Amino acid sequence: MQFGIFTVGDVTTDPTTGRTPTEHERIKAMVAIARKAEDVGLDVFASGEHHNPPFVPSSPTTMLGYVAAQTRKLILSTSTTLITTNDPVKIAEDFAMLQHLADGRVDLMLGRGNTGPVYPWFGQDIRKGIELAIENYHLLHRLWREDVVDWEGEFRTPLQGFTSTPRPLDGVPPFVWHGSIRSPEIAEQAAFYGDGFFANHIFWPAEHSVRLVGYYRQRFAHYGHGTPEQAIVGLGGQVFMRKNSQDAVREFRPYFDNAPVYGHGPSLEEFTEQTPLTVGSPQEVIDKTLTFREHFGDYQRQLFLMDHAGLPLKTVLEQLDLLGGEVVPVLRRELDALRPATVPDGPTHEALVAGSLAEADLELEASTR
Amino acid sequence: MTPRTIAVVSAGLSQPSSTRLLADQLAAATARGLLAEPEIAVIELRERAHDIVNNLLTGFPSPALQHAIDQVLRADGLIAVTPLYSGSYNGLFKSFFDVLDPEVLAGKPLLIAATGGTARHSLALEHAIRPLFTYLRAATVPTAVFAATEDWGSAGSSGSALTSRIERAGSELAAAIEQRQPAVEADPYASATPFEQLLRNR
Repeated sequence: MQFGIFTVGDVTTDPTTGRTPTEHERIKAMVAIARKAEDVGLDVFASGEHHNPPFVPSSPTTMLGYVAAQTRKLILSTSTTLITTNDPVKIAEDFAMLQHLADGRVDLMLGRGNTGPVYPWFGQDIRKGIELAIENYHLLHRLWREDVVDWEGEFRTPLQGFTSTPRPLDGVPPFVWHGSIRSPEIAEQAAFYGDGFFANHIFWPAEHSVRLVGYYRQRFAHYGHGTPEQAIVGLGGQVFMRKNSQDAVREFRPYFDNAPVYGHGPSLEEFTEQTPLTVGSPQEVIDKTLTFREHFGDYQRQLFLMDHAGLPLKTVLEQLDLLGGEVVPVLRRELDALRPATVPDGPTHEALVAGSLAEADLELEASTR
Repeated sequence: MTPRTIAVVSAGLSQPSSTRLLADQLAAATARGLLAEPEIAVIELRERAHDIVNNLLTGFPSPALQHAIDQVLRADGLIAVTPLYSGSYNGLFKSFFDVLDPEVLAGKPLLIAATGGTARHSLALEHAIRPLFTYLRAATVPTAVFAATEDWGSAGSSGSALTSRIERAGSELAAAIEQRQPAVEADPYASATPFEQLLRNR
């Protein structure tokens, strides 16, 4: 089981002080948060991708490359990489380069993006979001697996005899997650390729995502990648902790009340009741996170949103101390113990390399028999 | 035979409200026109007002609002009644239909009605409220019912203009419901396109 954090990269005014960080401060804070994630024993740091203020992460592989140089074990990922508006050729190149620099500690999560104007800014049509996701990923998938690609599609210029460089490290492409909150087509896509499916259910009641994940599991089996239980599932989470529950609620409330997305809407109490958000003691976070497994089955990756809504860096780093020190060790122990041996662990480069070697051995055996 | 269901949406803001009174009379008139006694689910939007705004902001309904939405979804026919504000439906009424998925009302038999201070506003039903449901592709019945304050004074006798209009509208909705197969919930997963098909469409 892998645990980590994912960041939106928003520049938001701290509602308790009225202070807004500069873009430079926010970018450096994201790096400090990523390094802290490794220090406290988390497995994954994932950055969002945005192309409009108040968000800074327009160029995730640049940031992740910098983080890679300053970490040793952390898996670097995205949440999400826009498969609709980025050129799939550039995604293939950027992430293969990052994969080499980070010695394989790289995967990525693909998403369609929810900011309408990004499509026309990048020359695409939002009404073709699903089609773009399907065609672009099909090309990306081939670019990482075929040395020379001839290709023609609807959305980008054709390719003749094209080789995407560098080739993936050890001949094994980065693991891909497909993120969606409500589209059966994306669950279908993840299942077809045997890729991971990430349900970022942090702003939604669990029931909304349960059917989607169940559908992905069933289709994963349909396409012959294993049993439904063996499908690779990731989930979002959102927490704010203090030793005493009441202190957490008191401190987080102004951030909640003014937050982008849900601020000025439901009360903190309503939102914590209806969504995965937990504001309380580390034990309450453990208890709530354990319910995710009851809803979704054994899963491979849990990412928490920790650094949004204007929370100051110092507070976020304290949160990560609690997350890595008190919450994740318990969750790791409990969830790893509950997971049957037949259900795979979270995907790593080493495991994928071992898997591809085993597959090659089987093929060799079959051909020499 | 399972009984037909009618969802009644009332956007009246005062309690008691003449909008609810009109809604109840329309539901009763519709029930009289049906072959069997229907199940009637009344949704007072006032009680869901905060949930509706929260849904607009967060993108998901609270459990109580989801229950109301499900009642509309499952209904064989819908009665939608709003007080007129600034010459049109009130904001709460519009917001409720804004948070429904756009396909929810497609083909659903619908009776529209409104209350207002004077009969001067009655055509708002035709130029503001009917077009909303045309956009949502509801099967709105021809008779829309407007009740001005003074109509409540002349009502009571079966021959009053308001009462006969309520009866006519109710029987139109009942006929539309009887002609229609019972409502079924669409299952997005049952009808999901297999990936080979999605890929071939590229």
